[in-house]
Amino acid sequence: LALYFHIGEREEKCIIEDIPSDTLLVGNYKVQRWDIHIHDFLESAPGLGMFVTVTSPTGEVLLSKLYGPQGTFTFTSYISGEHIICFQSNSTRFAVIAGSKLRIHLDIRVGEHFLDESAIRAKDKVNEVNIRLEHLIEQIHHVTREQDYEREREEKFRKTSEETNSNILWWAIVQTLILISVGIWQIKSLRDFFISKKLV
Amino acid sequence: AGPGPAAVAGPGSVRVAMPSAVRTLCLAALLGALGAGGTELTLELPDSAQRCFHQELESGVKFTLDYQVISGGHYDVDCYVEDPNGKTIYQETKKQYDSFSHHTEAKGVYTFCFSNEFSTFSHKIVYFDFQVGDEPPILPDMNNRVTALTQLESACVTIHEMLKAVIDSQTHYRLREAQDRSRAEELNGRVSYWSVGETLILFVVSIGQVMLLKSFFTEKRPSSGGAGT
Repeated sequence: LALYFHIGEREEKCIIEDIPSDTLLVGNYKVQRWDIHIHDFLESAPGLGMFVTVTSPTGEVLLSKLYGPQGTFTFTSYISGEHIICFQSNSTRFAVIAGSKLRIHLDIRVGEHFLDESAIRAKDKVNEVNIRLEHLIEQIHHVTREQDYEREREEKFRKTSEETNSNILWWAIVQTLILISVGIWQIKSLRDFFISKKLV
Repeated sequence: AGPGPAAVAGPGSVRVAMPSAVRTLCLAALLGALGAGGTELTLELPDSAQRCFHQELESGVKFTLDYQVISGGHYDVDCYVEDPNGKTIYQETKKQYDSFSHHTEAKGVYTFCFSNEFSTFSHKIVYFDFQVGDEPPILPDMNNRVTALTQLESACVTIHEMLKAVIDSQTHYRLREAQDRSRAEELNGRVSYWSVGETLILFVVSIGQVMLLKSFFTEKRPSSGGAGT
């Protein structure tokens, strides 16, 4: 777990994952709390947990659980789209202590199952290679799913562009008609007005 | 599009005796396909905000930071990278996408930050990919071998290379498509709003003109018939 970032004690930070359907996402994280006495982050803060909330593209909550200071969360997407993964600590004390913050180490993997190393080392070499090759195949399936998702999105993109195109055309025609009819109304109305005022 | 995937054995057992070298390189193929030592994240940058990420690195390691703005405003963001001594080794303002590589000299914590502070009301969605280290050769002693690679080993090498290219290409296209779609949707919205707005303005102005003109000729003081010139 290498990459990390800081958040406030009660703050919530979210990341976005745009993934196809039926895709497994695995996240590893570790939380450390800043200790002002030793001016460093404590290795593991007891009692500190992380709320991990995963929201699907339709707004439905897929996962909302409290994990410990270090943990792994997984979920499988049912719909393709932007899933939002949010982290918030369960710390109850407010950030009244100056400089109080949390450090979150994060590692996210999309589209693969973690290899169970112990199971692999068990049997014989043939099974070992077998499992590794199957893992490779699974990865290629993930690539295929991503490509199908790309097709869906390109279609949506094309629809939006065509809609824009026909919008522009339709509104141009409508506005021209309105312009002409309003112009005619203006002339008629003024003519009637002047006639009534005996100026013409 | 990238090269087609190599023909892979279908699901089911592969009953072939394989030497341990193949086992090692298949593991390396998996790691390589995953992008060993890297993180890619997509995050939302609210307006006037900055998000920083840190990574501890050894010295003499090469890292690459790719980032791209997917949606929001003018699709640009500020980015800077600092080494453990606080020196800024990369700084760019209002960039839409960029790729930055660096060989580390000092061991320590490297920081990179994305800033949207120049924007007052548009929040940006930024994707970044932080890769650490050159990829290890797929066979640990591939360059020192005395004998040539067996057919199985070279098949694994081919699969590995192709998978790498496919995944890279796919990510690139996904990001560009997301950005273009975001622009197209924005354009569509703007066309609709402005069309309705223009129509309303048209009505208001034309009716207002007639009313105003009529009011010129409607005198308050009593005078017979003809108004002024």
